[in-house]
Amino acid sequence: MEKLQIKTKIISNKKLKNNYWHLEFESGLIAGNAVPGQFIEVKVNYGTDPLLRRPISIHKVNKAGVKLLYEVVGRGTQILSEKRPGDLLDVIGPLGNGFEYLRKTARADSTQVVLVAGGMGVAPLVFLAEKIKSFSPLVLVGARKKEQVLCSREFKALGCKLIIATDDGSLGFKGKVTDLLKEILSKESPADRPINIYACGPQPMLKAVAQISCENNIPSQLSLERHMACGFGACLGCVVPTKAGYKRVCKDGPVFLGKELIW
Amino acid sequence: MVKNIKPDISVNIGNLDLKNPVMVASGTFGYAEEFKGLIDLKKLGAIVTKTITVKPRPGNLPPRTCETPSGMLNSIGLENPGIGVFIREKLPFLKKLGIPVIVSIAAEDSPEEFSVLVSQLDKMAVVSAIELNISCPNLQKDKLISQDPEETFALVSGVRKLTNKCLITKLSPNVTSISEIALAAQEAGSNAVALINTLTGMSIDIYKRAPRIGSWVGGLSGPAIRPVAVKMVWEVYNKIKIPIIGMGGIMDTESAMEFIIAGATAVSVGTANFLNPKASLEIISGLRQYMADNNIANLSNITGRLQACKD
Repeated sequence: MEKLQIKTKIISNKKLKNNYWHLEFESGLIAGNAVPGQFIEVKVNYGTDPLLRRPISIHKVNKAGVKLLYEVVGRGTQILSEKRPGDLLDVIGPLGNGFEYLRKTARADSTQVVLVAGGMGVAPLVFLAEKIKSFSPLVLVGARKKEQVLCSREFKALGCKLIIATDDGSLGFKGKVTDLLKEILSKESPADRPINIYACGPQPMLKAVAQISCENNIPSQLSLERHMACGFGACLGCVVPTKAGYKRVCKDGPVFLGKELIW
Repeated sequence: MVKNIKPDISVNIGNLDLKNPVMVASGTFGYAEEFKGLIDLKKLGAIVTKTITVKPRPGNLPPRTCETPSGMLNSIGLENPGIGVFIREKLPFLKKLGIPVIVSIAAEDSPEEFSVLVSQLDKMAVVSAIELNISCPNLQKDKLISQDPEETFALVSGVRKLTNKCLITKLSPNVTSISEIALAAQEAGSNAVALINTLTGMSIDIYKRAPRIGSWVGGLSGPAIRPVAVKMVWEVYNKIKIPIIGMGGIMDTESAMEFIIAGATAVSVGTANFLNPKASLEIISGLRQYMADNNIANLSNITGRLQACKD
């Protein structure tokens, strides 16, 4: 679908915990056409400072609207967190390519789907898990500590097998979520049944996932995050190096194949 | 009393007729395809393409943009597919729009490249005008052509012999006297000047103690530079006779009007396209409204009509 720029009404904007917030806005059209992995460009203010929109990935959709999960990390997201239900929000979306995911026609028991999330990387993977729940995906969620683990309830409610990893061991596996992924792959080989990996999280995590998936010959799709000026392919600011030259995270991505990226 | 004025906002830039004076600035609008679905492209006065070079250019090391107070820095480095791919793959879409297409061009190593590009574009009927980008700050050059009046004169007069199409020279604000450069462009036969390109700038991440863009320095754009741009348009307007295309932080009708009153015949919307793709169309209708409200029949009645400050 073509992207839209609309001024729409905020349905809710609530703090989840710590600096994590849920914002839901009205737009059946964006919701109905969005694909997991796509994002929204949000203008948080009417003025010129901050100037640019903030790209935020689509977390969930329903008939009436789109839900975003965001972390307050700077002035832009701080202003966003001060918005109230009923306030108007200027959004452009859906943007980006989104994940290529298995459709229901594939036999559910034929493929092992593994979702790997680091920190805020859970946001688009909840939307993806919803679409592919018939495959009972295995979800690995990593965070620094227990308090930063997000969306475990959502993944469980979708029937996913969830394993948590924390750097400090305060919850679940002690260590990096990518170490957990390695351990799991050492037990399950793609020779037994095809494995597909989908990942979203910080750059070092995505780099490790790409390495692990390439070493094990497993296809992986990684959702990247970059500073963007426009979000729809015009400025050429958010490029990343790939084997086919620079590509725009906003338009050619944010989802890339693990094997096409150069780290 | 309500007068039924239908304001005329059409303008001429050399032999180029524009139905309205609002264009989109080079480097902020891709090749227009990127804005499909977001705005009605046919309503624009003109489109200035992302700058094209002879050979494809991969562009500069990322990160290439960062936000600054009421502005942004960029160092894209003229990433483009080269003239051949541009003509084959990008120009057909622009042609379909039926509005004036201004192709921005630049040289990487030698000014001769401008001649190669102009000769090729001269043959293309769809190309309404050529913008000479002699002011890109992101090519790691010690000196830009637009920082030297003699080099500017030599370059413009050289390509002037190759085409009858409208030539627009894009000027850098990173100079001691911009009107001196504008005069050189005029004398060399440029049909118009476009100003300003970005101001060079730098932004530092104090936690990493590192520059926030990959090439360390970049070009500053957005509302932060508007007063600099308006002043330069006014200064140049008082020195030259050819039309000025004014730009630098135009966000809305009010800021576009500043440039017109300062002396710009047309304006270009740049950075605003990134955050409000509708900005240029909002300005077109805003200009009409301003003129109707103020009983101004023709845009030329206000162009450069700056009055002394009254308390």
